[in-house]
Amino acid sequence: MKICVLMKQVPDKDSSIKISMDNLSIDESIVSFTTNESDAYALEEALQIKEKTDSEVVICTFGKDSAIQVVKDGLAKGADRAIFISNKDKEDLDILSIGKIISKKLLDEKFDLVLSGLQSDDDGNAQLGLIISELLNTSHGSLVMGTEIDGNESIKVKRELENGWFQWSKLDLPASLSIQSGINTPRYASLKGIMAMKKKTIDKFTIDELGCSEINSKVNLDKMYIPQKSKSTEYIDGNPSEIAEKLVDIFKNEMKVLG
Amino acid sequence: MKILIYIEDNDNKINSNSLESLKAAQEIKANKSGQVYAVTFNDIIANELTRYDLDKIYSFKNSNLDDYSPLFFIKAMENMIEEIKPDIIIFGHTYQTRDWVPRLSARLDIPFISDCTGIKIEDDLKFVRQLYQGKVTADFTVSSFPLILSFQSGSFRADQISNGSSEVNSSNIDFNDVVNTIHPDEKFQESESEVDLTQADIIVSIGRGIGKEDNLPMVNELAEKLGGNVASSRPIVDSGWLEPYHQIGSSGQTVSPKLYIALGMSGAIQHVVGMKGSQNIVVINKDSNAPFFELADYAVVGDILEIIPKMIEVLDS
Repeated sequence: MKICVLMKQVPDKDSSIKISMDNLSIDESIVSFTTNESDAYALEEALQIKEKTDSEVVICTFGKDSAIQVVKDGLAKGADRAIFISNKDKEDLDILSIGKIISKKLLDEKFDLVLSGLQSDDDGNAQLGLIISELLNTSHGSLVMGTEIDGNESIKVKRELENGWFQWSKLDLPASLSIQSGINTPRYASLKGIMAMKKKTIDKFTIDELGCSEINSKVNLDKMYIPQKSKSTEYIDGNPSEIAEKLVDIFKNEMKVLG
Repeated sequence: MKILIYIEDNDNKINSNSLESLKAAQEIKANKSGQVYAVTFNDIIANELTRYDLDKIYSFKNSNLDDYSPLFFIKAMENMIEEIKPDIIIFGHTYQTRDWVPRLSARLDIPFISDCTGIKIEDDLKFVRQLYQGKVTADFTVSSFPLILSFQSGSFRADQISNGSSEVNSSNIDFNDVVNTIHPDEKFQESESEVDLTQADIIVSIGRGIGKEDNLPMVNELAEKLGGNVASSRPIVDSGWLEPYHQIGSSGQTVSPKLYIALGMSGAIQHVVGMKGSQNIVVINKDSNAPFFELADYAVVGDILEIIPKMIEVLDS
């Protein structure tokens, strides 16, 4: 099979975020960047499918030049090659526009499977894999917690529903799957993998080169701000014993939740 | 403005998240004038909706719409949108919504602003959503309509929806031109839930800050001494330290206890959506920058591994 994994670079979850003076971006100089968590699970799932079938795994990343690190890490873990689309000069595209640009490139490749993380830890749209399924006219499954190869015509996916319910779904190929975190245990790159990475192909494109310079967003960011507190918070200080006593007193006498 | 709201059916009951979002539609109509239409694929739901102030309720019938099947849902909605030509199409941000609405957006080339937490009705409409795991809030505008929106659970209150009496337009729909490539099987549950967290008065919830599985017994002991139940965020369940039914949040349960104690939890948006309705929230975390502190009634910047044993001691005495 020919498998594409969509991977994105995002600020590390533990990074503290500061908004820039223009209120339209974050201060990137104080942020460390990493591979989006659920995308790392998507890559691992693709690599495991590759081990069971005779497959090629291709990473596709859209982003600014520093995001090439995500591609390199993925190649070191065992992906075969990569497509990198630079978003230079068009960093504020909405997710539908990004979907159109990526689909334009993916259309030539005719992948059997497109895997993506469920949701990015920065914008959190949780839409890209589904948008791509429509634009490439494939089947789709979201919130995927398990996969099972089912011959050459279809794949079975275990989907997570609300409140602890699940559902298996049979998807005709080609298919686009959005992968939920926790589906597998992502591997680390081996030293051999890191050496091999250096010889692997990364095809780089600009939005212009893909003939997508006319694509414009209809959704515009107006302003970013730190969430306003909706309630007043009382901070409790002291050593652990003092804190424990104060808390239990609050439970008893203020909240009246203890007998 | 013409607003179309999709009301999701869960086993012949109205999905509460999609119903809440009706309040958003009514607010826009109240300020910008226009109509609010509801669409559902279930006649029982359609009849229940007649008690609300709606300009019309559309109900589509076809056996392919009885259970969730994305390509048929998209086709039915596509027909509806072509007929009504709404300016705004609204959904609750449910698991179903996440599975089919992005695809609807791409098919119709209508942008979709997902997981909104509010709207600001000024000269322009502004749509509010969270970024960077809830660390940042952002307002978005659109350069043109139509537009698709989904609202996070709890963004609006269902008890504030205006009542009225509205009519149902029920019709059959044909799907001659749908090639179905997605074949869902029966739903199932993996582990039977042993506790009903939705009924708990006190919830002691843990996140990554608990560090290792060996620290779980003290959390269980604290919960027991408080007469509460243990819950967690997703990473704890993914690590296999707790069964999935302990999980609170967008992929777990939604709770609103009298007291919610968050221990070593950062307050990621996926977790917070499941507990933000709690009456009292206590947050204990070493990291003074944890977003969870924004929601706290009482906050402690400190090490849970030192504080939990002390709380147990105090409760014992």
